[in-house]
Amino acid sequence: MDLLYDTLFNGLAIGSVLVLAALGLAVVFGLMGVINMAHGELMMLGAYTTFVVQNIFKAVLPDALFPIYILVAIPLAFLVSGLVGLLLEKTVIRRLYGRPLETLLATWGVSLILQQFVRSVSSAFAIGLLLAVAGGLLIPRLTPKAWWQQRWTPLLGSGSWILSGIVGIAVAAVLGQQRALDQPWFSARNIDVTAPIWLRGSIDVGAVNMPAARLFIIALTIIALLAVSWFLQKSVWGIRIRAVTQNRSMSDCLGIPTGKVDALTFLIGSGLAGVAGVAVTLLGSVGPNLGGNYIVDCFMVVVLGGVGKLAGTVLAALGIGVLSYVVGSGSLLLVWPAMPEALNTLITFFATTSMAKVLVFALIVVFLQIRPAGLFPQKGRMVEA
Amino acid sequence: MDPNLMRKSVLRSVAGATALAASLSLVACGGADKAGGDFDGEVKVGILHSRSGTMAISENTVAEAELMAIEEINAKGGIKVDGKKLKIVPVEEDGASDWPTFAEKAKKLIDQDQVSVVFGGWTSASRKAMLPVFEAKDHFLFYPIQYEGQECSKNIFYSGAAPNQQAEPAVDWLLKNKGKDFFLVGSDYVYPRTANTIMKEQLKASGGKVVGEDYLPLGNTEVAPIIAKIKQALPKGGVIVNTLNGDSNVAFFKQMKAAGITPANGYSIMSFSIAEEEIAAIGPEYLEGTYAAWNFFQSLDTPASKEFTKNFKAKYGDNRVTNDPAEAAYMMVYLWAAAAEKANSVDDNKVREALVGVSFDAPEGKVTVMPNHHVEKRVLIGEVQKDGMFKILEDKGFVKPVAWNQFVPETKGYTCDWTQSRPDAGKYKM
Repeated sequence: MDLLYDTLFNGLAIGSVLVLAALGLAVVFGLMGVINMAHGELMMLGAYTTFVVQNIFKAVLPDALFPIYILVAIPLAFLVSGLVGLLLEKTVIRRLYGRPLETLLATWGVSLILQQFVRSVSSAFAIGLLLAVAGGLLIPRLTPKAWWQQRWTPLLGSGSWILSGIVGIAVAAVLGQQRALDQPWFSARNIDVTAPIWLRGSIDVGAVNMPAARLFIIALTIIALLAVSWFLQKSVWGIRIRAVTQNRSMSDCLGIPTGKVDALTFLIGSGLAGVAGVAVTLLGSVGPNLGGNYIVDCFMVVVLGGVGKLAGTVLAALGIGVLSYVVGSGSLLLVWPAMPEALNTLITFFATTSMAKVLVFALIVVFLQIRPAGLFPQKGRMVEA
Repeated sequence: MDPNLMRKSVLRSVAGATALAASLSLVACGGADKAGGDFDGEVKVGILHSRSGTMAISENTVAEAELMAIEEINAKGGIKVDGKKLKIVPVEEDGASDWPTFAEKAKKLIDQDQVSVVFGGWTSASRKAMLPVFEAKDHFLFYPIQYEGQECSKNIFYSGAAPNQQAEPAVDWLLKNKGKDFFLVGSDYVYPRTANTIMKEQLKASGGKVVGEDYLPLGNTEVAPIIAKIKQALPKGGVIVNTLNGDSNVAFFKQMKAAGITPANGYSIMSFSIAEEEIAAIGPEYLEGTYAAWNFFQSLDTPASKEFTKNFKAKYGDNRVTNDPAEAAYMMVYLWAAAAEKANSVDDNKVREALVGVSFDAPEGKVTVMPNHHVEKRVLIGEVQKDGMFKILEDKGFVKPVAWNQFVPETKGYTCDWTQSRPDAGKYKM
């Protein structure tokens, strides 16, 4: 019995990380059909936000408040990742709706840019970037209106961006001479996020040892799930999002602002990635490559669950969690110690973490052969390409 | 474009132009360049590490230590060969954390730049990629990292530890002081697999027992199944030997701490890939009380060690730390320079022959190059402290390197001695 509880708890623990990481992707990919390869990097931004919040608490606020920094980091990470996601939608993804391959490549490029950004961002770099963007946006507003109705106006548009870009680079180069401004904020090294004391220990319930960090992540996952499903089922905007998902042109005709709906969906999906980023700082390393460790698992969960269904995502994640725990820890051997020699050898062979992963992937491939649309396929004729 | 990069490249081209002007003036006047000291010539050496990609974080430190050694030697007047003073000029190449690139750049350094020696590599994979190049061209590589052994090339010198200078004494120490039940955890690639094979044979021979073994793919962060296995295999505590590399270490130690697998609960954890630099990245609070075996610690209390750390910090910043790989890299440049002076030549073949028997007062103590192209090194066992430094628990003194492992049945009884003139000097039966 203890073994059963142990397996259930650990499966739930592994699965809840997957649910949380994949939830945002399920919203973006499931509802909008956008393959967002930068999802992992949005998680990474959430993790870096946690780092910044932690340092602010350490440096500025009294020690007594330090234990709650992680609670403050969650909404902030949602906001930071959500806003970056919004920017991404407004600038890149909006132009690529209905072209999944181009979206995939573009978001992959964005993921590389974000990785390099956290590696090399310094005060000088940030000021230069800010100047370039502000210049590009403001020049059209500050110049006479008449300039913008000429034949050479397109040149002016790109020209103002090029000009402000050059100014930005020049300013960054000049400021970069100052050693203090040239110091990278995070650098390429991994950064150290320390869990508050109350998340470092563990609780024994019966014979099952439950690490506090895992319990925290499970709770966070449940709250996030409830919030998302409430939002999609009950709120006005949630209903609009579902309407657009089911039939975009009809919704448009009925006066739903589809552009705003797209932006909002993307903001929420990206924000959820940020929340997942906070959670994974409790488990692993935080560095520029953090996203890459999760992106494949996220897509695996969403595809296995069936595109567009939250219940499918949850079930798929928990299934993968329990399966990889059972195989990876070799606990089958404990349940049935007297199993035949051949089977025993087979199970021992797969009972390492790397082999368990291989087996889980293989099983998913087989499953998708039988049910190509995943656990909960969308029924009916409402899905848009 | 990244403004930092641009600034650097501008600076570099300015520096290049200055150097060009300086060398022109040297030719024009036919006299010595006063600014750079009095040199009668130059000798080029290759520095081939990953300055970009995943390994850059670790390899930068090693390359910096090599450049520091070169600068120090030049400041003392360079290498004195044949009555001339030669200035060492480093030619840097980037291996980019990509193993075929290492082979390609090694070829370029040998053919195009005509360097006398190459200092380079970190991962075993990069060394295995470069090895055929150096053997085919009969050239000369110096490799600074502790590795899995089972290799002895005429064209490579290994200044890091062989297994009998790190893993084996560490296991002996654990057996004597910490218990007989071992659990082995490693990343899933050549070094941890080979090191664990050797350890299993050693434990079999000396009365220990392997109660479990697991491998994580590089970059994996889910450690729950391993923790469950450790708890099943070692419910009351025991010895865990960790050969994980890179990011997985952070996940491993964070989750172990949360699950109560800590030194306070009777678990002795020994890591082979965690030095001062990695501790800072993982966070000392997760590692406090765990052990490591190296040939050098920053906390080693000798004048040479303190001098090395002081100079390194002065050159690269007060927040930097020195560690074993940096020390090995620093020391091998000096060993090469000493051998060149002994051979009275910078020709790669002559230096290679002269190297055996050469000694140097390294930060760790007096190291000597052995006939099997490895180095006799000091073996230290340390415990991680709150401040991220090691407390040295045991100093096993200087240990002679063994290239072919004597616990593994396939290589038992074999040895390597490049001073012998026999065709199979790299691996023959004793």
